[in-house]
Amino acid sequence: MAFSIYDFSSFTQSIHEGLSNRLSPAGTLAVEWVIVGIVILLFVAVFGLFLVYAERKVCAFFQQRLGPMRVGPWGLVQTIADFIKLLMKELIQPARADKFLYNLAPFIVIIVTFLAISVIPFAKGLQAFDFDIGVFFVTSITAVGVIGILLAGWSSNNKYSLIGAMRSGAQIISYELSVGLSLITIVILAGTLQLSGIVEAQRAGWFIYRGHIPAIIAFFVFVIAGTAETNRGPFDLAEAESELTAGFHTEYSGIKFAFFFLAEYVNLFIVSAMATTVFLGGWMPLHFGNLEEFNHVMDLIPPVFWFFIKVFFVIFLIMWFKWTFPRLRIDQILTLEWKFLLPINLFNIILMTVIVLMGWHF
Amino acid sequence: MRAIWKYLSDVLKGIWTLIQGMRVTGHYFFRPWLIVTQQYPENRRKLVMFERFRGEVTMPHNENNEHKCTGCGICEISCPNGSIEIITATVLLPDGKKKRIIDKHIYHLGMCSLCNLCVKNCPSDAIVMAQTFEHAVWDRTQLTKVLNRPGSKIMEGIKE
Amino acid sequence: MGEAEQDRIETQEYLVNMGPQHPSTHGVLRLLLKLEGEIVHHVDPHIGYIHSGIEKMCESLTYPQIPYLTDRMDYLSAHMNEEAVCLCIENALGVEVPDRVKYIRTIFSELQRLASHQLWWCVMGMDLGALTTFFYGLRDREKILDIFEETCGARLTLHYSIPGGLMFDIHPNFRNRVHEFLNYFREKLPEYDQLLTGNVIFQERTRGIGIFPREAVINYGVTGPSGRASGFSCDVRKHHPYSAYPFVSFQEALDDRCDTLARYKVRIREMWESMSIIEQLIDNIPEGDYQVKLKGVVKLPEGEYFQRVESARGDFGVFIISDGKKSPYRLKFRSPGFSNLSALHAMSKGWKIADLVAIMSSLDLVIPDIDR
Repeated sequence: MAFSIYDFSSFTQSIHEGLSNRLSPAGTLAVEWVIVGIVILLFVAVFGLFLVYAERKVCAFFQQRLGPMRVGPWGLVQTIADFIKLLMKELIQPARADKFLYNLAPFIVIIVTFLAISVIPFAKGLQAFDFDIGVFFVTSITAVGVIGILLAGWSSNNKYSLIGAMRSGAQIISYELSVGLSLITIVILAGTLQLSGIVEAQRAGWFIYRGHIPAIIAFFVFVIAGTAETNRGPFDLAEAESELTAGFHTEYSGIKFAFFFLAEYVNLFIVSAMATTVFLGGWMPLHFGNLEEFNHVMDLIPPVFWFFIKVFFVIFLIMWFKWTFPRLRIDQILTLEWKFLLPINLFNIILMTVIVLMGWHF
Repeated sequence: MRAIWKYLSDVLKGIWTLIQGMRVTGHYFFRPWLIVTQQYPENRRKLVMFERFRGEVTMPHNENNEHKCTGCGICEISCPNGSIEIITATVLLPDGKKKRIIDKHIYHLGMCSLCNLCVKNCPSDAIVMAQTFEHAVWDRTQLTKVLNRPGSKIMEGIKE
Repeated sequence: MGEAEQDRIETQEYLVNMGPQHPSTHGVLRLLLKLEGEIVHHVDPHIGYIHSGIEKMCESLTYPQIPYLTDRMDYLSAHMNEEAVCLCIENALGVEVPDRVKYIRTIFSELQRLASHQLWWCVMGMDLGALTTFFYGLRDREKILDIFEETCGARLTLHYSIPGGLMFDIHPNFRNRVHEFLNYFREKLPEYDQLLTGNVIFQERTRGIGIFPREAVINYGVTGPSGRASGFSCDVRKHHPYSAYPFVSFQEALDDRCDTLARYKVRIREMWESMSIIEQLIDNIPEGDYQVKLKGVVKLPEGEYFQRVESARGDFGVFIISDGKKSPYRLKFRSPGFSNLSALHAMSKGWKIADLVAIMSSLDLVIPDIDR
């Protein structure tokens, strides 16, 4: 079995061949599905918990605190302990809640995150599904998540939840537009919707560099809209602790609450991973034009690490926003989208088209 | 044209103010040595309270197990919460006179609001505020304390 | 959609209970909101959830015992409350306290005002969703609490003023610490502006929100920074100076924009003013006694006595009716929070829930001050 940390395609290929030799094609497919499912499940659980810990630490350092310090060295096991606590808590169901929808909602939210993760290229060959329409798939599948939030708010039989869900609905539907359009800006430059293709196209240079002005604008629009889509501060209106106590998940407890919580953080990862893939060169290492030796050293760092370094950079940026800015009001959030981000985005697409047509990009 | 210019300058000004805020938080993020919180139970040995800190009422005794309390009851009267009870006893002095002395100076820490009125009003400075602050106990009855130690006497020369 | 169909769709006001346990009511205030979607049509404050009967309790306490209870009403301006009671009793007895006491009381009042405004600033940020402000504000407030603790042994419920003077003399280290704090805070206060005041989101959230004109402010009896933000010159320190305020020069922070941002800015300006007042006094504290010896049992002559001070929230008044005994016949507090809360409905009608939260925190309510 050929295994290289720089290129996973031969590794996955050998697994596929090994299975095909022993099983029928349908059996191979079934086993591969199960393997992919388990890997993604483990990744979501571990990475989600790690992100919760990272957020608590990062926010603590922004606020001149130490953050969790008690469970494990530097509080490393804190989130696992929290998770165990959530597992053991009673599942409370409000009286006269719509039981079916109430129980369904957290699953919709968490399944959407699984689906979105499946198309993200972590490294060369390390991608569960390589669609031709990867960008389109991610934007459309993340939009389904809002249904879970709306159902959660609607079925809880709580006015706070309902207000939170309605806010979330209005917000996510608006910001879908910006997310899609800012990705399209880069798709124009890349000429493909396939995520692995987009990464390959950045071998010569990251798109944020190659597309210069419009790409940088698109990057920031994407980060802002992505923050809004994950319902994180300053766009955390759906939860809005000081207004709606906990918004759409007020009535959820135990593992169902944990699903919402985990989904929020995995969504944060998905937005960052998309930003990384589309704007920051995915798993491509950092290269500077003529510095051969520097480029060679950078090549030694495995692509997976490059991917996660960039993802953490974007995650840190989004956390920085959250722990600095006050929350916007619902009408201001829609104003920001429709009066600022959307016109900027449309103008940006025209600019990018002109640049691509004239060959003014790098 | 002017409208477009204003629109753009609004956007840029807005972004500039946001960056200002991020500079403040970023300043502290990259300076972890400025962290102000403490790890409390670990630093217990190093913690020093201010000498005037009002932790609980105590009655200091000297090495001969003597205190200054005459049992006059002024602290009991001046306490707004009724957290002090003075129980006095009468002893027969060698010269045949009867004298009222303190039997029990009962102090209910659970009712005390640490207002310092009893310490301030005590004519013989028999009670003081201690700097202890870890008052949590498992049983409420432990908060009721007798301040004068068993077998203790009043110091010589304390006037009634 | 036909006209007949349109008639059938009815929108309805709905009731939401905000509180008594709610993150932005800062205590146990219950607001009964009538909402239409996000828009607030009616705010009905229900108080009394932590009514502690302080006024009634005072009727059975002796005069020197009263200040310790008033600490627990508006715990964020504990010293001003004590000072009001002490001044009232001293006036009734005709006792003139030494200048040293007046100076120290004024410095403590201003430190307390700073601490209160710092906490208000952190909570204002937190209510608007900027959680980091909370920790920066508390970090600076801690320095003031340390000053308090060193001199009088308590951090929140100080019980430092007593009828006739002060509980202790100032700590020998007091002057150094106050100077240290002033130097420290003069650097940190611009940071507040950088982090929150200038922020475009914050400006959008507060500018033009909850406009409350001057006439309405006077009609509702809104005082303190909330009143001054509507151009109502109501600073007791200026109009009825007490303690050492006649000796200092300071500006009354006035604003005539009447909105939430104005209320915010007035408080930020008050912090600068407080620092300047402390600076004028701290090096000039006269020598002398720190208290006047009163009689063992303080009895006020029969009559009615009133004293007002400027607490961090506004005009705080103490009204004592004495029947010549050792405890008051009736004692009434005029607490600023109560009147300020009464204006909440008029201020926030027609605004959104998010604005209601912003308006409420710009009023800087302390619930035990309202409930007493």
